[in-house]
Amino acid sequence: MNDFKALVQWLTQAITDKEQFHLGYAAEASEFVRFNHAKVRQAGQVQQASVNLKLISDGRHADLSITLAGDSELDRQRLAEGLQQLRETLPLLPPDPYLLLNHDAWHSHNEQAQPLPELAQVLAEISQAADALDLVGFYAAGPISRGFASSDGAFGWHQANSFNFDFSLFHANGEAVKASYAGHTWDSAEFARRLQQARDQLDFLGRPLHTLAPGQYRAYLAPAALEEIIGIITWGGFSAQAIASKGSSLQRLYAGEQHLNERVTVQERISGSLSQAFSSEGYPRSDVTLIDAGQASGQLVNSRSAAEYGLSANGASGDESPSALQMAAGDLAHADILKQLGTGLYISNLWYLNYSDLPAARLTGMTRFATFWVEDGEIKAPVSTMRFDDSVYSLLGSQLEALTAERELLLSPSTYGQRNTASNLLPGALIKRLTLTL
Amino acid sequence: MPPIAPDPPMQNASLISYSVACPHRAAHKEGPMFDHHATLKKHFDALRTTADFFSLRYVRESGQYLSVRKNVAEPPHLNHDEGVMLTVRLNGVEAYAATHDISLAGLQAALERAEQQALRIKPHALLDLRAQQVSSDVADYLSPELNQPFPALSDCYQLLGDESAAVPKDERLVSWDVSLGLTQVEQIYLNSAGAELRQAQRFVFPGVSVTAYDSTDSQTRTLGGTNFGQQGGYDVIRRFGLVGAAPRVADEALQLLLAPNTPQGPRDLLLMPDQMILQIHESIGHPLELDRILGDERNYAGTSFVKASDFGHLQYGSRLLNVTFDPNIPEQLASYSHDDDGSAASKQFLIREGLLLKPLGGALSQFRAGMGGVANSRASSWNRPPIDRMANLNIEAGDQSLAQMIGGIESGILMSTNRSWSIDDARNKFQFGCEWGQLIENGELKGVVKNPNYRAISAQFWRNLSAVGDASTFQVLGTPNCGKGEPNQVIRVGHASPACVFSNVDVFGGDA
Repeated sequence: MNDFKALVQWLTQAITDKEQFHLGYAAEASEFVRFNHAKVRQAGQVQQASVNLKLISDGRHADLSITLAGDSELDRQRLAEGLQQLRETLPLLPPDPYLLLNHDAWHSHNEQAQPLPELAQVLAEISQAADALDLVGFYAAGPISRGFASSDGAFGWHQANSFNFDFSLFHANGEAVKASYAGHTWDSAEFARRLQQARDQLDFLGRPLHTLAPGQYRAYLAPAALEEIIGIITWGGFSAQAIASKGSSLQRLYAGEQHLNERVTVQERISGSLSQAFSSEGYPRSDVTLIDAGQASGQLVNSRSAAEYGLSANGASGDESPSALQMAAGDLAHADILKQLGTGLYISNLWYLNYSDLPAARLTGMTRFATFWVEDGEIKAPVSTMRFDDSVYSLLGSQLEALTAERELLLSPSTYGQRNTASNLLPGALIKRLTLTL
Repeated sequence: MPPIAPDPPMQNASLISYSVACPHRAAHKEGPMFDHHATLKKHFDALRTTADFFSLRYVRESGQYLSVRKNVAEPPHLNHDEGVMLTVRLNGVEAYAATHDISLAGLQAALERAEQQALRIKPHALLDLRAQQVSSDVADYLSPELNQPFPALSDCYQLLGDESAAVPKDERLVSWDVSLGLTQVEQIYLNSAGAELRQAQRFVFPGVSVTAYDSTDSQTRTLGGTNFGQQGGYDVIRRFGLVGAAPRVADEALQLLLAPNTPQGPRDLLLMPDQMILQIHESIGHPLELDRILGDERNYAGTSFVKASDFGHLQYGSRLLNVTFDPNIPEQLASYSHDDDGSAASKQFLIREGLLLKPLGGALSQFRAGMGGVANSRASSWNRPPIDRMANLNIEAGDQSLAQMIGGIESGILMSTNRSWSIDDARNKFQFGCEWGQLIENGELKGVVKNPNYRAISAQFWRNLSAVGDASTFQVLGTPNCGKGEPNQVIRVGHASPACVFSNVDVFGGDA
């Protein structure tokens, strides 16, 4: 944090009376280990830090992302060069009618320094637990820092140690089960329990494959499978700009022309989540109810949308996507899932979803990993990979029979560019009719 | 939907000497090209290590993304990134350390972290690389037109603003934007076997998108989706026809809004190049990646329906199918002289006359699998390690004009510009959707249809390839957004293809 503060102090004295700045900060020191056949396939460490400087002057603004070197003198020099580049850029731009600045001098601080396990210990535990198993997966761990400061005196800091071991166990027949263990504190017993849980499912995967014809089936979507559906909806689904410009898959829900099942309540709940409590554009992030008992409610609004559409900014990110989504629990007990499913599909994971018809919220995607055929409440056989094509208004609307009473916190394993801090807290969903097409 | 005219001959981007003129750098504060080379080389020579082999890969990337949305200029996003990855081999165990600190002390510290990592993982290592050969090549590679100045930022905004303003006034046109992405990358690779490989590249991505809405449905039409990207300069903008495109794109969005849904049922399918590239990418490119076949990606990107034993034996497609790994088309996104492990790249047939010959596997995968491959070991940046990636993966032109292909179809549909893609983890069962459809009846192009989708199985689909377009239908395209790997990496890949016809494909429309 001191390195970031030093840059903020330098920048504060470097700008003129007519200039304002936002300075975002992101850093991480990551240990990356990928596994194949329960052995280490590739391993390394990555140290990276960057700032995003926004310079504002005379109604104009521009952003510049700069990688830092970790040397205070050199970093100050890079920031000075960046400031000069933006000073030369702003006169080339027209004033921005949608520039809406937050002048509040808010402060936010969250620091968590739980020690992470030594890599040698993690490798030994994984190696021991995966003995005689075909394990493939990825371990990422280390500290993550995020910061924000503005010339108006706002200052936010978020720092946390975390790990995420995302893995699969493969049966010799090619079928597999997926699991993960992620958090702040590595508990050897909890890791062993999760791996054993996955190992237990392998026994079912060894049974002969049940072949399904395309058609309509009852189905249970485990939380990780439901996350894929929620995940694609968040591609603009709740974005104020996408809703206004008809790029949202939930445009008919927000227009009041469609509704979801009354069991469906969805919130973006930053408070208490693993994500930082401030946006990259300088707003504290609010909790927002997005869908309330099946009806459209709030939207994710960043400052630009607030200015363009006359809405109140609620600290949404630049792309107005959620990072701490929660769906309300239902009343289906975990122990009753198979019984209430009766005969149909138990789907642990879905994969590679996309839209067949975006305005109609019609999706397609694949089953992946442990998917089972269930008869009279008992798992009978694994099912080969199948494609579904169905509407959100059906899956989470007219055909939603129940949501589970227990929810699962799913921490993002994504590492595109940097380690992701997003999470979803989701129940499982029992669907009366899922359409399989291929 | 006529294809863009074949590209004019371009400056050959090949191996050149070290004496490179400094190009004009628009909107970026950078030093001369390869200005870090001497210092890096000096630092590299000063590094102390006990490793059997080590390498340094320096990457500097700068760029700008400009957009004008509904006639309002969005603030520009500029970036400047640089860092180094050091890789070591100790007793056949490889490990890496990437750092943003490129001082000698920073590099030495990273090297030592990599060494420690190699020692820690040794008891658990999957691979023993003591016998794997390494590169000692020395070469430079430059993008075409790199010495030509790129328009200044204000000129770019003028161009985008003019194009945005050319969208007709129609209350059904509810959203549109015109954009221009520019990325410049310099990479320097050095290793302890004497390799010195430098490349400087410039990538340009023009785009137009228009959404029409009529109170019940919305339809979006674009200029090539996100797939109109090439290496070069202003010539890329010219080749892709950005100037003057917006009114046509807007008109097509309105046509789609008025069009009926795509009818359901089997039809012959004519795919234009801006959909063919997605088809190649998902159902040839990914399944042929050797690291997937070796199981590395089973936890994330997936596996493959192709087995190692299929190479040399599997009839992947009809005899009309010829697929190449081709790093030699100068303007294509992934043209280069060497990959990020230092292997020399050359044009290779992966599928010839439908027969599967070679995988997309770099030197490491070739060593592991004991089979030939191509130079496709690539990293997205300095902070990610190289893995098997697509690079330029192309379909060679055939002998039919577009008119001949349409004339040969009794009941069919033309589809262009990808908008939706989904395929299983073994890259077999797929469903793809396009922005634009036109029915073909009795050899003639008929009316526009909206929401054109189709689904099939890769292992069967390519065997239904019934006609391949000639050079007049061939387009060099590519995407900046191919995701894969753990840690995750998104990388630029190039695809060039003629229009192609597939017989008897299951097509269908949307709900609206």
